[in-house]
Amino acid sequence: MKALEFRRNIPRYAAAKLAGSFTPGRGSGVGPMRLVDADLPELPNQDWEIVKPRLSGICGSDLATIDGKSARYFEPLVSFPFTPGHEVVGDLQDGTRVVLEPVLGCISRNINPPCTSCASGQIGNCEHTNFGEISPGIQTGSCHDTGGGWAVAFAAHKSQLHPVKKDLSDEAAVMIEPTACGVHAALNTGVTPEGTVTVIGSGTLGLVTISALRSHFPEITILATARYPHQKSLAADLGADFVIAPDELKRAVRRMTKSKAISLSSEDGSVDRLTGGSDVVVDCVGSSESITDALSVTRPRGKVVLVGMPSSVNLELTPLWHREIQLVGAYTYGVETLTDGSTTRTFDLAADLVESAKLDRLVSAVYPLNRYQDALEHAAAAGPRGAVKVAFDLRSEKERDLL
Amino acid sequence: MKNEKHLAPRPGFVLDVDRTSPPVLFHHGDTFKLEKLPAGRSRVIYPPEPLAGLKDPDGAIRHALENPIGDSEPLSALLRPDMKLTIAFDDISLPLPPMRRPDIRQRIIESVLDLAAEAGVDDVHLIAALAIHRRMTEDELRHAVGDRVYDAFAPSGRLYNHDAEDPEGMVVLGETPHGEDVQFSKRAAESDLVVYVNINLVSMDGGHKSTATGLSGYTGLRHHHNVHTMRNSTSFMDQENSELHASNWRMGKVIRDAGVKIFQIETTVNNNTFGRSGPLAVLQKREWEWSARDRTSFIAMQKGLDLMPSSARRQIFNAWEAPYEMTSVQAGEVEAVHKVTTENVYQQQLVDVEGQTDILTMGLPYICPYNVNSVMNPILVMCLGLGYFFNMYRGKPLVREGGVVIMSHPTPWEFHSVHHPSYIDFFEQVLADTTDPIEIERKYEKQFAEDEWYIHLYRNSYAYHGVHPFYMWYWGSHALEHLGRVIIVGGETSAVRRLGFQSASTLSDALEMASDVVGPQPTITHMKNPPIFLADVK
Repeated sequence: MKALEFRRNIPRYAAAKLAGSFTPGRGSGVGPMRLVDADLPELPNQDWEIVKPRLSGICGSDLATIDGKSARYFEPLVSFPFTPGHEVVGDLQDGTRVVLEPVLGCISRNINPPCTSCASGQIGNCEHTNFGEISPGIQTGSCHDTGGGWAVAFAAHKSQLHPVKKDLSDEAAVMIEPTACGVHAALNTGVTPEGTVTVIGSGTLGLVTISALRSHFPEITILATARYPHQKSLAADLGADFVIAPDELKRAVRRMTKSKAISLSSEDGSVDRLTGGSDVVVDCVGSSESITDALSVTRPRGKVVLVGMPSSVNLELTPLWHREIQLVGAYTYGVETLTDGSTTRTFDLAADLVESAKLDRLVSAVYPLNRYQDALEHAAAAGPRGAVKVAFDLRSEKERDLL
Repeated sequence: MKNEKHLAPRPGFVLDVDRTSPPVLFHHGDTFKLEKLPAGRSRVIYPPEPLAGLKDPDGAIRHALENPIGDSEPLSALLRPDMKLTIAFDDISLPLPPMRRPDIRQRIIESVLDLAAEAGVDDVHLIAALAIHRRMTEDELRHAVGDRVYDAFAPSGRLYNHDAEDPEGMVVLGETPHGEDVQFSKRAAESDLVVYVNINLVSMDGGHKSTATGLSGYTGLRHHHNVHTMRNSTSFMDQENSELHASNWRMGKVIRDAGVKIFQIETTVNNNTFGRSGPLAVLQKREWEWSARDRTSFIAMQKGLDLMPSSARRQIFNAWEAPYEMTSVQAGEVEAVHKVTTENVYQQQLVDVEGQTDILTMGLPYICPYNVNSVMNPILVMCLGLGYFFNMYRGKPLVREGGVVIMSHPTPWEFHSVHHPSYIDFFEQVLADTTDPIEIERKYEKQFAEDEWYIHLYRNSYAYHGVHPFYMWYWGSHALEHLGRVIIVGGETSAVRRLGFQSASTLSDALEMASDVVGPQPTITHMKNPPIFLADVK
């Protein structure tokens, strides 16, 4: 069957890094990923099923891998060769349409008793991602044994599969996984009902986070940075009260929070530092610059939530120390505690949000698998090309009918 | 050319452009352009030539102080030893460009202080009546009042900038019949006599506006610095048809009724902005009268400026001090004085113009009232063009309703972070949302006016008040309502778009774009300003 396969190949990895540094997404052409004729994954036991993807999204973390930019941190947490793709809506062999919850925790690894995190439903924090019945991999899309969504088929544990409502389009369904990330981030901000949240970046993660924040905290004030016109428009439409250009961040947060500003010269009206700042900053970019910006506009004892996957960064941490700012990560999802004290699976909340906020509109372009280089370049340049989410469309792959 | 010095100054002039007309000089920020206007349907309005200055300005000042106009005793009769005397004077926004030393304010203040000393007045304060403009620096104050006055009063805290946000320093004197709060400097209000020292560069200046605006703050200013007032001031250069002035005059009555005694000293200057000779003299000559030397020096200047970075050009022009000469001085009761002053302004600046035009072009210079020693940011470009230049009329606007204004200015996306911090935010936040003055006023004014950081910078640094960019935008609101389109030639496209205007690379492109609004073969009028003129449109 047709699959995109990522192999461990150091020279090609270096080439991808070089190519990706010139043109984002270009690593796909020279790097260790190839379109191959792969075998159908073997099912580890009777709790696994074959999933035939319909749409499979391209995520920022996928692009970082392809362009050789992801951290070496992940090296022991994946198993080569693997097929990327973890944002998936697909069909089971009985025709049931499902969305994949890609985290490979204790249950899918058949580890009993499960780790503390998995036992509490926080599968994203699973402590056993390198153990159990399948090879290492934190998610489907980084595990050799399961395969991934950028293929005609892959294997998934029943616990990972969520049936999709009949009237929900494939475009909406493929947005559930990234939306769950945004919901998880929003619910972990700890923002007070009338607090202020700044969202840095209005790519897919930024937009779904804005939408989740607005949905769960209707009274808060949200400021978002967006670089491109379509991002600005979507950010405002999804609930941001203020949408500004990235280089306007400090001044805009000062205005929103009615802070004073401190500049290097006491007479200057430049904004180098704020006296106050946003209660929470959600960084959906994950670069040195964005985290530095986040720290500079967070109020004392405020919180920075990293949603965008960072790699190696170079940071001045003095403000974090001096202003006693919390810097926390927000990775994937699990079970959320809502403001009324009830608990719900993040995926269920995400599915509801995708429907109510019409997040299917964030899917801007789809490509067949054999045009993967075009797809990845488009995804890497989504902002300047007026796009948000780019996905592979496997609905017309002839091999699907043979499986 | 020597003989020219003896010729009587010529009045303003309207040139009908024909095929033989030379290209017209357009100011373009801190550079210049020569533009050929379409023959047969274009005209150029030239300002009157500079009137002769007073031969003995100090003598004229002394005479004015002792021979007041209106219901007022001579200044010397108003001074007594135990009195509290406040001398307020116009700030850095007047005149433009700043004039060569000695500044008129210095001459007058020295005369007033001489009389005060003779009368044994000890309690004297001098206040730069800047309302919500930025504070003047020591150098700027020294330039305005002279070193002798500065050294005698500033070190002891008796010469200072007005602080409209000092909770202990402002009072509300009352309310006009229109419900307008009259906010005033407490020191001035508690003085036995306020002497106001004015330089009347344009007909908007002076009168009750000097004190009712200059010594007020946001609480008072918001009643006339708003969109409604500006749209009902047609124009604010014509006091008889200016709601801005009507409001200030109402406030002036409240100030008077509250017992504040004002001795108003007003002056006018001539049009000698760039000098009758010297490096910039060519800028106030009519192009067809340029000599070979004029043409050579202009081309050399233009090429030289083009080669410089904008910061260097700015430095050169900011250093320029106009050789203005005082043409009149009158003192006494506010309204009587101002009537004479206004006539003297008109005598220098009024130009008769027959009828309106489809397209009004203007070359905007490097300076406006709010960027002295500073940066002409895009909001100030709008204000200079659509606020000041557009309103330089009596009768009817120079351009017809639904017509087009074409302004030439580089319009860089650049701000002076010390002087204009709230302008940056206005540009980034407010104009990104809307350019509609009513919407801007409703949605954003209060937020900026009450912003603690802007207030801190206004009081302690050299920043314009947080609400000031709003007033700049309101200044152009009459024009925005009147016009069908605004085009900026040679501007930074992103900044021009943020202003809500269209951007054109060349004047001919702009004229082509304007034809969408005013049709083919439109009439064109160019304002050759500065030096300043006021169009009397019949």
